Amino acid sequence: MNPELQGRVFPPAPPYLVGREKVREFASAVFSTSPLNFDPQAAIAAGYADVVAPPTFAVVVQELSLAQLLGAPDAGIDFSRVVHGDQRFSYSRAIVAGDELTAQLTVSSVKTLGGHSLVTSDSVISDASGAHVVTATSTLVVRGDE
Amino acid sequence: MAAGTGSLSVGDVVARQSYELTRESLVRYAGASGDFNPIHYRDDVARSVGLDGVLAHGMLTMGLAVQPVVEWLGAAGSITDYQVRFTRPIPVDGESGATVIVVATVGAVDDAGARIDLTVTFDGSTVLGKAQVRVALAGA
Repeated sequence: MNPELQGRVFPPAPPYLVGREKVREFASAVFSTSPLNFDPQAAIAAGYADVVAPPTFAVVVQELSLAQLLGAPDAGIDFSRVVHGDQRFSYSRAIVAGDELTAQLTVSSVKTLGGHSLVTSDSVISDASGAHVVTATSTLVVRGDE
Repeated sequence: MAAGTGSLSVGDVVARQSYELTRESLVRYAGASGDFNPIHYRDDVARSVGLDGVLAHGMLTMGLAVQPVVEWLGAAGSITDYQVRFTRPIPVDGESGATVIVVATVGAVDDAGARIDLTVTFDGSTVLGKAQVRVALAGA
């Protein structure tokens, strides 16, 4: 893959509007039984504006920015060889239904290790007011020829 | 057990849960997350890339592994950071599925809250490395 990707800042990905039913669907898929994820009254009683998304829901928004990286014509990333190495989320606050979120990706490092390439990216996810919500950091391993 | 403040000690197990993954779980997660990579629901595609069969999404494993912490915390705190390393895939057999066991242990305590370390195992082996959740506890 292209080592000159390191440091590249992509334009903000299209905004993502977090829907209440999507939060519930995702919460069911990760085996949540927390009322905060399903019941707006429980979420409001706990101080949130609406149902709270599970912690890893941020990946859905991050994905919009990763698609820009993986699809960049000069990146040289063969998607069929990509394996997820590490994942991290650093939160300023929880995501709630009604949030309009925008992810902007920066390639923080590109390394080669034993024939494989490792690309680490930070997707900064902000709300409609521009305030930081969560930063999603992924390391993708692009396997070399075997 | 509810999350308390000032009552946590390093080594305390705060939550323990087991999850039964089936092919339906993977299809459900594919739809919910938008990750439609066919190695998570088609054996023929998985085999064509050298796997024995369908694997669980790494992000599904990461997503369910934090749930015992979410449910222990309730409204008493919030998660400020969560990280994992994907060290071993989880094959999900069409007949027998896969059982994933999560144990959440206090790894560190400080003024802001705690670090909870997750041990996530399938078939006796850990599947996530450095799986750590930072939690802020109200009133901590």
